[in-house]
Amino acid sequence: MTMKELDPKEKLDIEQILEGLDSYHPPRKGWTWREPVPGGYKVGKFHYKTMTKPLARSVPLPASKYFDYIDPQPQPVITTEIASGRFEDDIRRMRMAAWHGADHIMVIRTTGQSHIDGLLEGTPEGVGGVPITRKQIRASRKACDLIEKEVGRPINFHSYVSGVAGPEVAVLFAEEGINGAHQDPQYNVLYRNVNMYRSFVDAAEAKRVMAGARIFQIDGAHNANATAKEGWSVMPELLVQHGINSAFSVAVGMPKDLIGLSTVPPCAPPAPKLWYDLPYAVALRDFFSEYKMRAQQNTRYIEADIEEATRTHVIDTLISALTRADIQSTITPDEGRNVPWHYNNIRGIETAKQTLVALDGIQELVKLDRDGPLGEMVRDIKERAICFLEELLESGGYFAAVEKGFFVDSARYPERNGDGIARDGKGGVGAGTIVPRDPDYFAPVCSHFGNSKLPAGAKKPCDPIDGCTLCKPQKIVYIDELDPSDSCHVRLEKTLPFRKGGLIKPEAEWAGDGTMLLQFFLPEEIDVARVAALEIAKKMGLADPEVINAQVMHPAEGTFLEVKGKVDIAIDKKTLKIPPKEVMLPEDELRAAIKQWGLKVVAGTVGEDEHSVGLREILDIKHGGIEKYGVKYHYLGTSVPVGKLVDAAIETGAHAILISTIISHNDVHKAMMRKLDEVCREKGIRDKIVLISGGTQVTREIARENGMDDGFGRGTKGIHVVDSLVKILRKRGR
Amino acid sequence: MSDTERIRKFEERRAALRKMTDEQLKARFWELCQKAVEPLVELAKTHTSPSIERAVLLRMGIDSVTTKGVVARVHEAGLLGKGAGHVVLKVSEKHKTDVRGAAKKIVDDPACLTGLFER
Repeated sequence: MTMKELDPKEKLDIEQILEGLDSYHPPRKGWTWREPVPGGYKVGKFHYKTMTKPLARSVPLPASKYFDYIDPQPQPVITTEIASGRFEDDIRRMRMAAWHGADHIMVIRTTGQSHIDGLLEGTPEGVGGVPITRKQIRASRKACDLIEKEVGRPINFHSYVSGVAGPEVAVLFAEEGINGAHQDPQYNVLYRNVNMYRSFVDAAEAKRVMAGARIFQIDGAHNANATAKEGWSVMPELLVQHGINSAFSVAVGMPKDLIGLSTVPPCAPPAPKLWYDLPYAVALRDFFSEYKMRAQQNTRYIEADIEEATRTHVIDTLISALTRADIQSTITPDEGRNVPWHYNNIRGIETAKQTLVALDGIQELVKLDRDGPLGEMVRDIKERAICFLEELLESGGYFAAVEKGFFVDSARYPERNGDGIARDGKGGVGAGTIVPRDPDYFAPVCSHFGNSKLPAGAKKPCDPIDGCTLCKPQKIVYIDELDPSDSCHVRLEKTLPFRKGGLIKPEAEWAGDGTMLLQFFLPEEIDVARVAALEIAKKMGLADPEVINAQVMHPAEGTFLEVKGKVDIAIDKKTLKIPPKEVMLPEDELRAAIKQWGLKVVAGTVGEDEHSVGLREILDIKHGGIEKYGVKYHYLGTSVPVGKLVDAAIETGAHAILISTIISHNDVHKAMMRKLDEVCREKGIRDKIVLISGGTQVTREIARENGMDDGFGRGTKGIHVVDSLVKILRKRGR
Repeated sequence: MSDTERIRKFEERRAALRKMTDEQLKARFWELCQKAVEPLVELAKTHTSPSIERAVLLRMGIDSVTTKGVVARVHEAGLLGKGAGHVVLKVSEKHKTDVRGAAKKIVDDPACLTGLFER
């Protein structure tokens, strides 16, 4: 069943996505990289060295308005993690993320799913992630299929093949066109306490299935530097963990181009970050030159301050650009204070995009000096990693080493703090569940790993069953819901008024959640400020207020606070008066009217104000000002008294007075507008003259309330003023 | 091994590596990784697990709920080492039913597994 393409002006229709899911199959499978532009990407005035094929539709960076709205797309695939617990809300966020340049969308699984021995079905609500089921991923993949057409670039959809149901999850992913997945048996053993033998036996099958569907694999080694007390001390071990998963993956049939190393710069300021992170990044890329790098931003040191997180992430991304990243993963900067909100995913993506675009081609400009301390530090990490492996083998191999607590010890190898994670081979989830295969063991399916005795005459393993689901997708069994009371349909009914019923309510994660954020400063010490902040939020009508960030500006002078809470306010869209968008007159028509009337204006900056740049841009031909359209102007300069402007207008027979009030304190700009109006009335010219005011804080409404005919703020061009002048004069019967 | 001894051993190991070029170091690293995973790969080749067997049944077109029942029955009958898919195939041949029918039969009537692999 095909769905009609998305209309950028319309919201995603979730109900429509859920229709016909039972027969939906993904149109393509496997991982995709961004497409390079041969010879470099040329756009506007720039020639980029590493940017890739642009998007058909996107939201460019804010500053792009000074650069013809270009939106260059860096070479690495950019990742964002979206998992609020409700996939029906997540798919809207995926669309926003794709428009900002994400093409790898990861869905974290609900808490505890890795210990569930088997697959889940339906669309129950998750905690800290989404319960991964066929229906949820099929609906999400279907949404991604629509979104990728809208933005004009494939989206890699990603989740986790870990826990005790790894092989089944891998089959589900292969069947449903999931493009990337975490798979690392060491992760199960160390962090999920899954039995070590079970974990590796399962992993071999899961990896083979992933390879068959060209699902890109990301390992789990980076968790060591998120877990160990001093993340930067475990660098030699990280190389070992990457090495074991990579070597195991290749041995069970995974091609190297599908194997990605999940690597995080392990340090953060105020530590001298580069002295730890750069040698580590270089050592890793030296040893793993044939493998892909998935560079992740650091989460270990994220606190409640979004800006601090963002600054660290910029340096993380700098390290990617100085070395190599095939995938640049982003961290939502609010991860340290709440489950990530919609717009913080976008912030994370923009951090990566903005940094990587700025650093385009950096390796042609800057070379790492490997003759100095960098080279020595790189060598040191490598040697320690090799010694670690030698000791591991001498101690009886991998399993024995895990039992002895070799891994995630917070000391720098060979030192030990004795706080490593030790696991018992006879213990853990799924202990004692692996079974030796008999000599006549047989699995009649494709992408199966290990000993299997095909019956005589069979060419393909699935011949005896006339094709498996990987060869014949129509054989896949789709289960809709097992518990209809805990399903997306129940949730969607509740949120319907906010999605399709014309009610507008704030949201951070879920439709209609009513979540809001307040930011303010209190001139009090932090402990007092925290309590006062909650009282203020309550008085403002915020339910469940919570201080999610408090930063000392000075121990006595005051505190910056961020308070989240919920409002039960919904606005009916029908009751809103939306000002109509100004439709500009055609340029030819404007020029003709100006010529016919011999349009003249006088202009100046009023008040005690020496700013002139804004007004000059509106006037001068050089900047596309009103002069370009044939308007004659008389510019009186800065700090011009209002009376002088009016006299000049009378003297020159000007049709209009343009004033600029760029900086205003205590509403000086409003007072100046009212005074100009008054003087014109006194001199009896108000009905003949057009009064227009401009400035960074001016709006049409403010100007009109203060006696002006029109007003303009930031981003105004000469043509806007000309258009307004002509329209006002025509209205007056010209 | 005591920690002092371990660290002395480390210094010895490292001294041996000092003479190696970067390329030799890289080759040594991968040689050791491959050695470390060899027994893990062998274990995986020769063993199976309930999840692997359910994953086989899924690929045969059996729904996830039924795969749990079938693998539990096959395991109880001591036949997981034959492969659950293999067992389903045998039942389908013996009872002249399709794969899904055979899976259902195993769940409903585990006695059908008795003597399945005896000649």
